[in-house]
Amino acid sequence: MIEVKDLKKSFGDTQILKGITTSFEKGKTNLVIGQSGSGKTVFLKCLLGLFEYESGSISYEGKNFSELSRDEKTNLRSEMGMVFQGSALFDSMTIAENVMFPLRMFTKQSKSEMEDRVNEVLKRVNLDDAHKKMPSEASGGMQKRVAIARAIVNRPKYLFCDEPNSGLDPKTAIVIDNLIQEITEEFNITTVVNTHDMNSVMEIGEKIVFLKNGLLEWEGSSETIFRTDNEAVTNFVYSSELFRKVRKMYLEESE
Amino acid sequence: MTYLHNIGTYFIMIKDIFRRPTKWSVMKPLILKDIDDLIIGSLGIVAFISFFVGGVVAIQTSLNMTSPLMPKSLVGFATRQSIILEFAPTFISIIMAGKVGSFITSSIGTMRVTEQIDALEVMGINAINYLVFPKFIALTLYPFVISIAMFLGILGGLMACVYGGYGTMEDYVEGVQMDFIPFHFFYAFIKTFVFAFLLATIPSYYGYFMKGGALEVGKASTTSFVWTSVMIILVNFLLTSLLLG
Repeated sequence: MIEVKDLKKSFGDTQILKGITTSFEKGKTNLVIGQSGSGKTVFLKCLLGLFEYESGSISYEGKNFSELSRDEKTNLRSEMGMVFQGSALFDSMTIAENVMFPLRMFTKQSKSEMEDRVNEVLKRVNLDDAHKKMPSEASGGMQKRVAIARAIVNRPKYLFCDEPNSGLDPKTAIVIDNLIQEITEEFNITTVVNTHDMNSVMEIGEKIVFLKNGLLEWEGSSETIFRTDNEAVTNFVYSSELFRKVRKMYLEESE
Repeated sequence: MTYLHNIGTYFIMIKDIFRRPTKWSVMKPLILKDIDDLIIGSLGIVAFISFFVGGVVAIQTSLNMTSPLMPKSLVGFATRQSIILEFAPTFISIIMAGKVGSFITSSIGTMRVTEQIDALEVMGINAINYLVFPKFIALTLYPFVISIAMFLGILGGLMACVYGGYGTMEDYVEGVQMDFIPFHFFYAFIKTFVFAFLLATIPSYYGYFMKGGALEVGKASTTSFVWTSVMIILVNFLLTSLLLG
Protein backbone atom coordinates (compact mmCIF):
# COMPACT_ATOMS: atom_id res chain seq x y z
CA MET A 1 0.00 0.00 0.00
CA ILE A 2 1.19 3.49 -0.84
CA GLU A 3 0.06 6.41 1.31
CA VAL A 4 0.54 10.01 0.23
CA LYS A 5 0.03 12.84 2.73
CA ASP A 6 -0.13 16.55 1.89
CA LEU A 7 2.40 16.25 -0.95
CA LYS A 8 3.74 19.58 -2.23
CA LYS A 9 6.18 20.15 -5.07
CA SER A 10 7.30 23.34 -6.85
CA PHE A 11 9.58 24.21 -9.72
CA GLY A 12 10.98 27.67 -9.01
CA ASP A 13 8.03 29.91 -8.16
CA THR A 14 5.48 27.60 -9.76
CA GLN A 15 3.77 25.21 -7.37
CA ILE A 16 2.84 22.07 -9.28
CA LEU A 17 1.48 19.88 -6.46
CA LYS A 18 -0.40 21.85 -3.81
CA GLY A 19 -0.95 19.27 -1.09
CA ILE A 20 -2.20 15.89 -2.31
CA THR A 21 -3.41 13.27 0.16
CA THR A 22 -4.50 9.85 -1.06
CA SER A 23 -3.66 6.16 -0.86
CA PHE A 24 -3.24 3.28 -3.32
CA GLU A 25 -4.18 -0.20 -2.19
CA LYS A 26 -2.41 -3.46 -2.89
CA GLY A 27 -3.88 -5.68 -5.61
CA LYS A 28 -5.79 -2.81 -7.18
CA THR A 29 -5.36 -0.88 -10.41
CA ASN A 30 -5.25 2.76 -9.35
CA LEU A 31 -5.63 5.42 -12.04
CA VAL A 32 -4.48 9.03 -11.85
CA ILE A 33 -6.32 11.20 -14.35
CA GLY A 34 -6.43 14.91 -15.12
CA GLN A 35 -5.85 17.42 -17.85
CA SER A 36 -2.40 18.08 -19.29
CA GLY A 37 -0.51 20.25 -16.82
CA SER A 38 -2.55 19.08 -13.83
CA GLY A 39 0.56 17.56 -12.20
CA LYS A 40 0.05 13.84 -12.96
CA THR A 41 3.56 13.14 -14.24
CA VAL A 42 5.19 15.18 -11.46
CA PHE A 43 3.05 13.26 -8.95
CA LEU A 44 4.15 9.93 -10.43
CA LYS A 45 7.82 10.97 -10.50
CA CYS A 46 7.53 12.00 -6.82
CA LEU A 47 6.11 8.54 -6.02
CA LEU A 48 9.07 6.97 -7.82
CA GLY A 49 11.57 9.19 -6.00
CA LEU A 50 12.77 10.78 -9.26
CA PHE A 51 11.71 14.21 -7.91
CA GLU A 52 12.31 15.45 -4.40
CA TYR A 53 9.29 17.12 -2.83
CA GLU A 54 9.21 20.12 -0.46
CA SER A 55 6.76 18.82 2.11
CA GLY A 56 4.38 15.99 2.85
CA SER A 57 5.19 12.30 2.86
CA ILE A 58 5.01 9.19 0.72
CA SER A 59 4.95 5.88 2.60
CA TYR A 60 5.43 2.41 1.18
CA GLU A 61 3.94 -0.18 3.58
CA GLY A 62 4.29 2.40 6.35
CA LYS A 63 7.90 3.34 5.56
CA ASN A 64 8.35 7.03 4.80
CA PHE A 65 10.37 7.20 1.57
CA SER A 66 12.18 10.44 2.39
CA GLU A 67 13.37 9.04 5.75
CA LEU A 68 14.95 5.94 4.21
CA SER A 69 18.72 5.62 3.91
CA ARG A 70 20.31 5.53 0.44
CA ASP A 71 20.64 1.72 0.59
CA GLU A 72 17.04 1.31 1.78
CA LYS A 73 15.87 3.52 -1.09
CA THR A 74 17.86 1.41 -3.55
CA ASN A 75 16.29 -1.76 -2.12
CA LEU A 76 12.82 -0.24 -2.32
CA ARG A 77 13.40 0.85 -5.91
CA SER A 78 14.36 -2.68 -6.86
CA GLU A 79 10.80 -3.59 -5.79
CA MET A 80 9.31 -1.06 -8.22
CA GLY A 81 8.54 -1.57 -11.88
CA MET A 82 7.89 1.32 -14.21
CA VAL A 83 6.37 1.49 -17.68
CA PHE A 84 7.32 4.80 -19.26
CA GLN A 85 5.19 6.73 -21.73
CA GLY A 86 7.72 6.13 -24.52
CA SER A 87 8.55 2.61 -23.21
CA ALA A 88 12.18 3.71 -22.48
CA LEU A 89 13.63 0.42 -23.70
CA PHE A 90 17.43 0.33 -23.93
CA ASP A 91 17.96 0.61 -27.66
CA SER A 92 21.40 -1.04 -27.60
CA MET A 93 19.91 -4.28 -26.21
CA THR A 94 17.63 -6.91 -27.72
CA ILE A 95 14.13 -7.38 -26.30
CA ALA A 96 15.27 -10.39 -24.23
CA GLU A 97 18.28 -8.44 -22.90
CA ASN A 98 16.02 -5.53 -21.96
CA VAL A 99 13.76 -7.82 -19.97
CA MET A 100 16.73 -9.60 -18.38
CA PHE A 101 18.38 -6.32 -17.33
CA PRO A 102 16.77 -5.96 -13.83
CA LEU A 103 17.62 -9.59 -13.09
CA ARG A 104 21.27 -9.06 -14.07
CA MET A 105 21.42 -5.94 -11.90
CA PHE A 106 19.65 -7.12 -8.77
CA THR A 107 19.77 -10.90 -8.54
CA LYS A 108 22.43 -13.55 -8.32
CA GLN A 109 20.59 -15.97 -10.57
CA SER A 110 22.47 -18.11 -13.07
CA LYS A 111 22.15 -17.31 -16.76
CA SER A 112 19.81 -20.26 -17.37
CA GLU A 113 17.57 -19.22 -14.46
CA MET A 114 17.41 -15.68 -15.84
CA GLU A 115 16.62 -16.97 -19.34
CA ASP A 116 13.82 -19.15 -17.95
CA ARG A 117 12.31 -16.18 -16.13
CA VAL A 118 12.59 -13.98 -19.25
CA ASN A 119 10.88 -16.66 -21.35
CA GLU A 120 8.13 -16.96 -18.76
CA VAL A 121 7.50 -13.22 -18.60
CA LEU A 122 7.67 -12.65 -22.36
CA LYS A 123 5.17 -15.48 -22.77
CA ARG A 124 2.95 -13.79 -20.20
CA VAL A 125 2.82 -10.62 -22.34
CA ASN A 126 2.32 -12.71 -25.54
CA LEU A 127 5.76 -12.01 -26.95
CA ASP A 128 7.34 -15.43 -26.89
CA ASP A 129 8.84 -15.11 -30.39
CA ALA A 130 10.44 -11.66 -30.12
CA HIS A 131 13.52 -12.39 -28.00
CA LYS A 132 16.15 -11.45 -30.55
CA LYS A 133 14.46 -8.39 -32.00
CA MET A 134 15.84 -4.94 -31.29
CA PRO A 135 13.38 -2.40 -29.78
CA SER A 136 13.52 -0.39 -33.02
CA GLU A 137 12.17 -3.42 -34.90
CA ALA A 138 9.14 -3.71 -32.60
CA SER A 139 5.80 -1.91 -33.02
CA GLY A 140 4.52 0.57 -30.41
CA GLY A 141 2.25 -2.05 -28.85
CA MET A 142 5.07 -4.60 -28.71
CA GLN A 143 7.39 -2.04 -27.11
CA LYS A 144 4.78 -1.35 -24.42
CA ARG A 145 4.44 -5.07 -23.73
CA VAL A 146 8.23 -5.43 -23.50
CA ALA A 147 8.26 -2.49 -21.07
CA ILE A 148 5.61 -4.24 -18.97
CA ALA A 149 7.62 -7.48 -19.11
CA ARG A 150 10.75 -5.62 -17.97
CA ALA A 151 8.79 -3.94 -15.18
CA ILE A 152 7.42 -7.21 -13.75
CA VAL A 153 10.36 -9.55 -14.37
CA ASN A 154 11.88 -9.00 -10.93
CA ARG A 155 8.51 -9.60 -9.24
CA PRO A 156 7.93 -6.01 -8.09
CA LYS A 157 5.58 -5.01 -5.30
CA TYR A 158 4.69 -1.76 -7.04
CA LEU A 159 3.98 -1.12 -10.73
CA PHE A 160 3.83 2.40 -12.15
CA CYS A 161 2.69 3.19 -15.67
CA ASP A 162 2.86 6.62 -17.29
CA GLU A 163 0.24 6.85 -20.02
CA PRO A 164 0.73 3.26 -21.21
CA ASN A 165 -1.84 3.67 -24.00
CA SER A 166 -0.55 6.84 -25.60
CA GLY A 167 0.06 6.44 -29.31
CA LEU A 168 -1.61 3.03 -29.51
CA ASP A 169 -4.62 2.01 -31.58
CA PRO A 170 -7.82 1.31 -29.55
CA LYS A 171 -7.53 -2.47 -29.87
CA THR A 172 -3.90 -2.58 -28.67
CA ALA A 173 -4.77 -0.09 -25.92
CA ILE A 174 -7.39 -2.52 -24.59
CA VAL A 175 -4.85 -5.37 -24.70
CA ILE A 176 -2.41 -3.27 -22.64
CA ASP A 177 -5.14 -2.23 -20.17
CA ASN A 178 -6.24 -5.82 -19.65
CA LEU A 179 -2.65 -6.96 -19.26
CA ILE A 180 -1.99 -4.36 -16.56
CA GLN A 181 -5.14 -5.35 -14.69
CA GLU A 182 -4.45 -9.08 -14.96
CA ILE A 183 -0.87 -8.67 -13.77
CA THR A 184 -2.00 -6.54 -10.83
CA GLU A 185 -4.43 -9.21 -9.68
CA GLU A 186 -2.21 -12.19 -10.51
CA PHE A 187 0.86 -10.91 -8.63
CA ASN A 188 -1.13 -8.94 -6.01
CA ILE A 189 0.86 -5.74 -6.59
CA THR A 190 0.03 -2.08 -6.11
CA THR A 191 -0.41 -0.51 -9.52
CA VAL A 192 -0.61 3.23 -10.26
CA VAL A 193 -1.42 4.27 -13.83
CA ASN A 194 -1.33 7.82 -15.18
CA THR A 195 -3.74 8.04 -18.07
CA HIS A 196 -5.69 10.26 -20.41
CA ASP A 197 -7.52 7.32 -21.87
CA MET A 198 -11.20 7.34 -20.89
CA ASN A 199 -11.57 3.72 -21.99
CA SER A 200 -9.01 2.78 -19.32
CA VAL A 201 -10.93 4.84 -16.77
CA MET A 202 -14.10 2.90 -17.44
CA GLU A 203 -12.51 -0.53 -17.96
CA ILE A 204 -9.84 -0.96 -15.30
CA GLY A 205 -10.19 1.92 -12.82
CA GLU A 206 -10.65 0.21 -9.48
CA LYS A 207 -9.61 3.47 -7.85
CA ILE A 208 -9.52 6.76 -9.74
CA VAL A 209 -7.79 9.91 -8.54
CA PHE A 210 -8.61 13.09 -10.44
CA LEU A 211 -6.06 15.91 -10.23
CA LYS A 212 -6.80 19.50 -11.16
CA ASN A 213 -4.28 22.33 -10.93
CA GLY A 214 -2.08 20.34 -8.56
CA LEU A 215 -4.90 19.46 -6.18
CA LEU A 216 -6.84 16.26 -5.65
CA GLU A 217 -10.25 17.28 -6.99
CA TRP A 218 -12.05 13.95 -6.71
CA GLU A 219 -11.45 10.26 -6.04
CA GLY A 220 -13.65 7.24 -6.62
CA SER A 221 -13.93 4.21 -8.90
CA SER A 222 -15.07 3.39 -12.44
CA GLU A 223 -18.52 2.79 -10.95
CA THR A 224 -18.83 6.04 -9.01
CA ILE A 225 -17.37 8.17 -11.80
CA PHE A 226 -20.61 7.62 -13.74
CA ARG A 227 -22.67 9.05 -10.89
CA THR A 228 -20.49 11.92 -9.75
CA ASP A 229 -21.85 15.42 -10.06
CA ASN A 230 -18.40 17.00 -9.63
CA GLU A 231 -18.36 19.54 -12.44
CA ALA A 232 -14.59 19.37 -13.06
CA VAL A 233 -14.70 15.57 -13.38
CA THR A 234 -17.77 15.50 -15.64
CA ASN A 235 -16.33 18.27 -17.84
CA PHE A 236 -13.11 16.27 -18.24
CA VAL A 237 -14.34 12.69 -18.47
CA TYR A 238 -17.51 13.38 -20.43
CA SER A 239 -16.10 16.01 -22.75
CA SER A 240 -16.94 13.92 -25.81
CA GLU A 241 -20.45 13.17 -27.06
CA LEU A 242 -19.67 9.45 -27.08
CA PHE A 243 -18.82 9.30 -23.38
CA ARG A 244 -21.86 11.46 -22.48
CA LYS A 245 -24.02 8.87 -24.26
CA VAL A 246 -22.24 6.00 -22.49
CA ARG A 247 -22.84 7.69 -19.15
CA LYS A 248 -26.51 8.30 -19.96
CA MET A 249 -27.00 4.66 -20.96
CA TYR A 250 -25.19 3.44 -17.82
CA LEU A 251 -27.35 5.61 -15.57
CA GLU A 252 -30.56 4.57 -17.35
CA GLU A 253 -29.63 0.89 -17.10
CA SER A 254 -28.72 1.12 -13.42
CA GLU A 255 -32.05 2.80 -12.60
CA MET B 1 25.87 32.15 -11.61
CA THR B 2 24.93 29.61 -14.29
CA TYR B 3 28.61 28.91 -14.97
CA LEU B 4 29.29 28.35 -11.26
CA HIS B 5 26.26 26.07 -11.02
CA ASN B 6 27.45 24.08 -14.07
CA ILE B 7 30.96 23.74 -12.68
CA GLY B 8 29.57 22.56 -9.33
CA THR B 9 27.27 20.05 -11.03
CA TYR B 10 30.20 18.80 -13.15
CA PHE B 11 32.31 18.07 -10.05
CA ILE B 12 29.39 16.38 -8.27
CA MET B 13 28.97 14.22 -11.38
CA ILE B 14 32.66 13.26 -11.22
CA LYS B 15 32.20 12.16 -7.61
CA ASP B 16 29.15 10.12 -8.62
CA ILE B 17 31.12 8.29 -11.33
CA PHE B 18 32.93 6.38 -8.59
CA ARG B 19 30.02 5.99 -6.16
CA ARG B 20 27.78 2.88 -5.85
CA PRO B 21 29.50 0.89 -8.59
CA THR B 22 27.51 -1.29 -10.97
CA LYS B 23 28.00 -5.08 -10.76
CA TRP B 24 31.20 -6.15 -12.53
CA SER B 25 29.33 -8.76 -14.63
CA VAL B 26 27.21 -5.91 -16.06
CA MET B 27 30.04 -3.37 -16.26
CA LYS B 28 32.54 -5.58 -18.12
CA PRO B 29 30.64 -5.79 -21.44
CA LEU B 30 29.93 -2.04 -21.25
CA ILE B 31 33.66 -1.30 -20.91
CA LEU B 32 34.50 -3.61 -23.83
CA LYS B 33 31.82 -1.98 -25.97
CA ASP B 34 33.12 1.50 -25.14
CA ILE B 35 36.70 0.43 -25.93
CA ASP B 36 35.42 -0.70 -29.31
CA ASP B 37 33.37 2.48 -29.92
CA LEU B 38 35.75 5.08 -28.52
CA ILE B 39 39.25 3.64 -29.04
CA ILE B 40 39.20 1.03 -31.80
CA GLY B 41 36.62 3.01 -33.76
CA SER B 42 38.85 6.09 -33.72
CA LEU B 43 42.04 4.42 -34.95
CA GLY B 44 41.24 4.78 -38.64
CA ILE B 45 40.66 8.54 -38.66
CA VAL B 46 43.55 9.16 -36.23
CA ALA B 47 45.93 7.10 -38.42
CA PHE B 48 44.82 8.86 -41.60
CA ILE B 49 45.13 12.38 -40.17
CA SER B 50 48.42 11.70 -38.36
CA PHE B 51 50.13 10.22 -41.41
CA PHE B 52 49.25 13.09 -43.72
CA VAL B 53 49.74 15.90 -41.20
CA GLY B 54 53.18 14.42 -40.43
CA GLY B 55 53.88 14.61 -44.16
CA VAL B 56 52.69 18.22 -44.36
CA VAL B 57 54.84 19.24 -41.38
CA ALA B 58 57.93 17.70 -43.05
CA ILE B 59 57.21 19.40 -46.39
CA GLN B 60 56.51 22.80 -44.78
CA THR B 61 59.69 22.60 -42.68
CA SER B 62 61.76 21.61 -45.69
CA LEU B 63 60.34 24.41 -47.87
CA ASN B 64 61.00 27.02 -45.19
CA MET B 65 64.63 25.98 -44.70
CA THR B 66 66.10 28.36 -47.25
CA SER B 67 69.51 28.85 -45.62
CA PRO B 68 72.18 26.42 -46.90
CA LEU B 69 73.74 26.52 -43.41
CA MET B 70 70.80 24.63 -41.90
CA PRO B 71 71.35 20.85 -41.88
CA LYS B 72 68.86 18.69 -43.80
CA SER B 73 68.37 16.58 -40.67
CA LEU B 74 66.43 19.51 -39.20
CA VAL B 75 63.34 18.33 -41.13
CA GLY B 76 63.21 15.09 -39.12
CA PHE B 77 63.96 16.95 -35.88
CA ALA B 78 61.23 19.57 -36.40
CA THR B 79 58.70 16.95 -37.46
CA ARG B 80 59.43 14.80 -34.40
CA GLN B 81 59.17 17.73 -32.00
CA SER B 82 55.93 19.06 -33.55
CA ILE B 83 54.32 15.63 -33.59
CA ILE B 84 55.34 14.48 -30.11
CA LEU B 85 54.89 17.75 -28.25
CA GLU B 86 51.76 19.20 -29.80
CA PHE B 87 50.22 17.54 -32.82
CA ALA B 88 49.63 14.04 -31.42
CA PRO B 89 48.46 14.89 -27.90
CA THR B 90 46.65 18.19 -28.50
CA PHE B 91 45.53 18.34 -32.12
CA ILE B 92 44.33 14.72 -32.11
CA SER B 93 42.48 15.37 -28.82
CA ILE B 94 40.58 18.24 -30.45
CA ILE B 95 39.66 15.93 -33.32
CA MET B 96 38.58 13.33 -30.75
CA ALA B 97 36.46 15.98 -29.00
CA GLY B 98 34.53 16.18 -32.26
CA LYS B 99 34.35 12.47 -32.96
CA VAL B 100 34.23 10.76 -29.57
CA GLY B 101 32.83 13.74 -27.63
CA SER B 102 29.86 14.21 -29.94
CA PHE B 103 29.20 10.47 -29.87
CA ILE B 104 29.21 10.41 -26.06
CA THR B 105 26.97 13.48 -25.72
CA SER B 106 24.48 12.37 -28.33
CA SER B 107 24.24 8.78 -27.09
CA ILE B 108 23.74 9.79 -23.43
CA GLY B 109 21.53 12.74 -24.46
CA THR B 110 19.30 10.45 -26.51
CA MET B 111 18.98 8.16 -23.50
CA ARG B 112 17.91 11.19 -21.45
CA VAL B 113 15.31 12.30 -24.04
CA THR B 114 13.85 8.81 -24.39
CA GLU B 115 13.63 8.38 -20.57
CA GLN B 116 16.16 5.51 -20.57
CA ILE B 117 18.14 7.32 -17.86
CA ASP B 118 14.94 7.73 -15.82
CA ALA B 119 14.38 3.99 -16.25
CA LEU B 120 17.86 3.30 -14.81
CA GLU B 121 17.24 5.65 -11.87
CA VAL B 122 13.84 4.13 -11.10
CA MET B 123 15.53 0.74 -10.86
CA GLY B 124 17.85 2.21 -8.20
CA ILE B 125 20.91 2.16 -10.46
CA ASN B 126 23.56 4.89 -10.20
CA ALA B 127 23.05 6.01 -13.81
CA ILE B 128 26.18 8.20 -13.82
CA ASN B 129 28.36 5.27 -12.81
CA TYR B 130 26.60 2.97 -15.26
CA LEU B 131 26.98 5.37 -18.21
CA VAL B 132 30.17 7.35 -17.59
CA PHE B 133 32.50 4.94 -15.77
CA PRO B 134 32.89 2.55 -18.76
CA LYS B 135 33.78 5.53 -20.98
CA PHE B 136 36.29 6.74 -18.42
CA ILE B 137 37.95 3.30 -18.26
CA ALA B 138 37.88 2.92 -22.06
CA LEU B 139 39.62 6.27 -22.46
CA THR B 140 42.45 5.24 -20.16
CA LEU B 141 43.60 3.44 -23.33
CA TYR B 142 43.72 6.80 -25.11
CA PRO B 143 47.55 7.05 -24.79
CA PHE B 144 47.66 3.95 -27.04
CA VAL B 145 45.87 5.98 -29.76
CA ILE B 146 48.25 8.88 -29.26
CA SER B 147 51.28 6.55 -29.50
CA ILE B 148 50.01 5.35 -32.87
CA ALA B 149 49.44 8.99 -33.92
CA MET B 150 53.05 9.82 -32.96
CA PHE B 151 54.47 6.86 -34.86
CA LEU B 152 52.39 7.45 -37.98
CA GLY B 153 53.00 11.20 -37.94
CA ILE B 154 56.76 10.69 -37.94
CA LEU B 155 56.41 7.93 -40.55
CA GLY B 156 54.28 10.24 -42.74
CA GLY B 157 57.00 12.88 -42.47
CA LEU B 158 59.58 10.34 -43.57
CA MET B 159 57.52 9.23 -46.59
CA ALA B 160 56.82 12.81 -47.68
CA CYS B 161 60.44 13.79 -47.22
CA VAL B 162 61.95 10.83 -49.09
CA TYR B 163 59.36 10.30 -51.85
CA GLY B 164 58.76 14.05 -52.30
CA GLY B 165 62.43 14.64 -52.89
CA TYR B 166 62.87 16.96 -49.89
CA GLY B 167 65.71 14.97 -48.31
CA THR B 168 67.20 11.56 -47.78
CA MET B 169 66.05 8.89 -45.39
CA GLU B 170 69.39 9.02 -43.56
CA ASP B 171 69.07 12.79 -42.91
CA TYR B 172 65.48 12.42 -41.72
CA VAL B 173 66.25 9.51 -39.38
CA GLU B 174 69.28 11.35 -38.04
CA GLY B 175 67.03 14.36 -37.32
CA VAL B 176 64.42 12.21 -35.58
CA GLN B 177 67.14 10.80 -33.27
CA MET B 178 68.83 14.17 -32.69
CA ASP B 179 68.76 15.72 -29.16
CA PHE B 180 66.06 13.34 -27.96
CA ILE B 181 64.75 14.28 -24.50
CA PRO B 182 62.76 11.43 -22.88
CA PHE B 183 60.91 13.92 -20.65
CA HIS B 184 59.09 15.19 -23.77
CA PHE B 185 57.39 11.81 -24.05
CA PHE B 186 56.51 11.96 -20.36
CA TYR B 187 55.09 15.47 -20.86
CA ALA B 188 53.06 14.34 -23.90
CA PHE B 189 51.56 11.37 -22.03
CA ILE B 190 50.69 13.43 -18.94
CA LYS B 191 48.75 15.72 -21.28
CA THR B 192 47.18 12.72 -22.97
CA PHE B 193 45.88 11.30 -19.68
CA VAL B 194 44.42 14.65 -18.65
CA PHE B 195 42.79 15.12 -22.08
CA ALA B 196 41.38 11.58 -21.90
CA PHE B 197 39.71 12.51 -18.60
CA LEU B 198 38.26 15.68 -20.16
CA LEU B 199 37.11 13.72 -23.23
CA ALA B 200 35.24 11.21 -21.05
CA THR B 201 33.66 13.62 -18.58
CA ILE B 202 32.76 16.91 -20.34
CA PRO B 203 30.72 15.30 -23.16
CA SER B 204 29.09 12.96 -20.61
CA TYR B 205 28.11 15.98 -18.51
CA TYR B 206 26.45 17.70 -21.48
CA GLY B 207 24.62 14.52 -22.44
CA TYR B 208 23.52 13.56 -18.95
CA PHE B 209 22.19 16.95 -17.86
CA MET B 210 20.61 18.00 -21.16
CA LYS B 211 16.95 19.00 -21.20
CA GLY B 212 14.51 19.00 -24.09
CA GLY B 213 14.11 16.90 -27.21
CA ALA B 214 15.95 15.77 -30.32
CA LEU B 215 16.90 19.33 -31.33
CA GLU B 216 18.57 19.89 -27.95
CA VAL B 217 20.60 16.68 -28.38
CA GLY B 218 22.21 18.29 -31.45
CA LYS B 219 22.78 21.55 -29.59
CA ALA B 220 24.26 19.72 -26.60
CA SER B 221 26.69 17.87 -28.92
CA THR B 222 27.87 21.16 -30.40
CA THR B 223 28.22 22.83 -26.98
CA SER B 224 30.05 19.79 -25.67
CA PHE B 225 32.54 19.94 -28.58
CA VAL B 226 33.15 23.67 -28.02
CA TRP B 227 33.72 23.34 -24.27
CA THR B 228 35.83 20.19 -24.53
CA SER B 229 38.05 21.94 -27.10
CA VAL B 230 38.27 25.10 -24.96
CA MET B 231 39.23 23.07 -21.90
CA ILE B 232 41.81 21.06 -23.86
CA ILE B 233 43.44 24.27 -25.11
CA LEU B 234 43.40 25.88 -21.63
CA VAL B 235 44.73 22.78 -19.86
CA ASN B 236 47.36 22.40 -22.60
CA PHE B 237 48.56 25.94 -21.88
CA LEU B 238 48.62 25.31 -18.12
CA LEU B 239 50.46 21.98 -18.39
CA THR B 240 52.98 23.36 -20.87
CA SER B 241 53.68 26.31 -18.57
CA LEU B 242 54.06 24.00 -15.58
CA LEU B 243 56.07 21.21 -17.18
CA LEU B 244 58.15 22.92 -19.83
CA GLY B 245 58.02 26.59 -18.86
